[in-house]
Amino acid sequence: MTTLNHKTRQWSYFSLYFIWIALFVIAPVALIIYQSFFGLDHQLTLANYKNYLSSAVYLKMTLNSFVYAFLITLITLVISYPTAYFLTKLKHRQLWILLIILPTWINLLLKAYAFIGIFSQTGAVNHFLTFMGIGPQQILFTNTSFVLVAAYIQIPFMILPIYNSLVDIDPAVIQASHDLGANNFQTLWRVIFPISINGVRSGVQAVFIPSLSLFMITRLIGGNRVITLGTAIEEHFLTTMNWGMGSTIGVILILIMFLTMTLTSGTRKAGTRKNHGKA
Amino acid sequence: MKRFGIFAAIILIVSALLGLGVHALNKASGQDNASKTLTIFNWGDYIDPALITKFEKETGYQVKYETFDSNEAMFTKIQQGGTAYDIAIPSDYMIEKMHKASLLLPLDPKKIKGLQNIEPQFLNQSFDPNNRYSVPYFWGTLGIIYNDQYVKAGEIDHWSDLWAPKWQNKLMLVDSARDIMGMALVESGYSMNSKSPQQLRQAADQLNRLAPNVKAVVADEIKMYMIAGEAPVAVTWSGEAAEMLANNDHLHYVVPSEGSNLWFDNIVMPKTAVHKKAAYAFINFMLRPENAAQNAQYIGYATPNKKAQALLPKAVREDKQFYPDSQTMKNLEVYQDLGPKWVEVYNDLFLEFKMHN
Repeated sequence: MTTLNHKTRQWSYFSLYFIWIALFVIAPVALIIYQSFFGLDHQLTLANYKNYLSSAVYLKMTLNSFVYAFLITLITLVISYPTAYFLTKLKHRQLWILLIILPTWINLLLKAYAFIGIFSQTGAVNHFLTFMGIGPQQILFTNTSFVLVAAYIQIPFMILPIYNSLVDIDPAVIQASHDLGANNFQTLWRVIFPISINGVRSGVQAVFIPSLSLFMITRLIGGNRVITLGTAIEEHFLTTMNWGMGSTIGVILILIMFLTMTLTSGTRKAGTRKNHGKA
Repeated sequence: MKRFGIFAAIILIVSALLGLGVHALNKASGQDNASKTLTIFNWGDYIDPALITKFEKETGYQVKYETFDSNEAMFTKIQQGGTAYDIAIPSDYMIEKMHKASLLLPLDPKKIKGLQNIEPQFLNQSFDPNNRYSVPYFWGTLGIIYNDQYVKAGEIDHWSDLWAPKWQNKLMLVDSARDIMGMALVESGYSMNSKSPQQLRQAADQLNRLAPNVKAVVADEIKMYMIAGEAPVAVTWSGEAAEMLANNDHLHYVVPSEGSNLWFDNIVMPKTAVHKKAAYAFINFMLRPENAAQNAQYIGYATPNKKAQALLPKAVREDKQFYPDSQTMKNLEVYQDLGPKWVEVYNDLFLEFKMHN
């Protein structure tokens, strides 16, 4: 009797989450997929997909998004891994982590506007360059500035998962590595990095996927010289009101996300095997 | 669990009571002056607030002023019909679109006083023949704004000047497919409302040749950038230009004489209108020369009210930047609602241009 009660109660708790996921995850995605099969004349059609696949502009845009998302992820990873590593060695870790999280509390738009001020012709960077005798440079509206700002915004989302996985490493493992004759680099590369790979994976997912669909920064910092899939979706929903085409690009974005998820979690089996070995 | 249930129930009951209270309050206040309110749906900061006060004092109506930031957003809100807007101020092509969607109420000419104050060339436009649905509020153009610290006077007078190699990576454009494609169409010698695939292709190719000169394609930020001197030249609307000129003395605005866009923001009565009497009172109030002049002084846009123009300071009404000469006026074109299919074509070509670099 009690177990039955327990079960129904469990179900009632679960149903809340189920309703939430059904309403806010499954239903919107289903709606997007449904919309993507409608043309401008509200007729059921595959034309949107045909359009997308036969248009050099859209394919180039997809490639662009991919390349930029890759670059942004790479840069954040290169910066974040050492940062996360040194963070684990620090004394007041909680304080440092707080300092890294702090910027994420500030609205994205405000951060973008701050960068406009810093990068503009009369901004701080150009003042410094003039002072150094190099003279003002065009910094805003370049691919470099776009990638830098995007990477800056994404860095906390990369550092945190990596830091968490590094902090969990048992110091005994590292001592063992040293005792067995590995030097510092070997320990890092053959012991620490493989153990923390799951953190890196979640970091890459947390950065790569949102980077694919960035659109605000492409206009504010990139001056629309960088066009990603997000830009096209925004335009189709707000300007042309062609929700069908916008949804089609959305579906493609979702597919790419699934692809990224499967690719970055592909080797998780190795991790479970190790656990089995331990057990 | 029990305690949690009680707690949740209390919260639910309290919110329900509060909701009922708000509803009752709304109803009560609505009954008090339901016939004495006027809900205006307008662009942000697009009327002199002193005029609203004056209107309230004069007529006894209470004005509720709500704002939108794009024609499309306004269209969606009126279509959904959640709020009873009595007056809205959309742009030309949107009036045509709203009419096609049966979102507008026809205006009764007998109830409108002062339409003869409006200059005839701004009446009877293609988007609203015989002004059955709308009364002009402000008008303006698309043009070029330049900074005289980097550009000599007379160096940029026409669209074609923008293609000069001298301006490599110096030009900013507004992020609007219709306007930038329209500019390329005029430059190629065609109508801004072209529906010919060949003409559009030719204009798009011409636009792609402009790509090396384009520094950025931005939206509202263009104001901030031009005022700060980030770029020497930009293509934008006269309304935005007026604001930039007010903030930086080095900036000048040119309407190319070979042709450009003539846009309107007109007063309409959407089908959500409830207080029609108040709406007519407001339309007539805004048509009065002294009010239109005061509004034009405050906003800085060009007024279509010729009697109001006469009341403006000479420096304003003779400013060729915002009241172009009749020769230029003749070449200006009003946008027509092209329908979704052609809007899509324009946008696709514009997207192609943005990708082209």
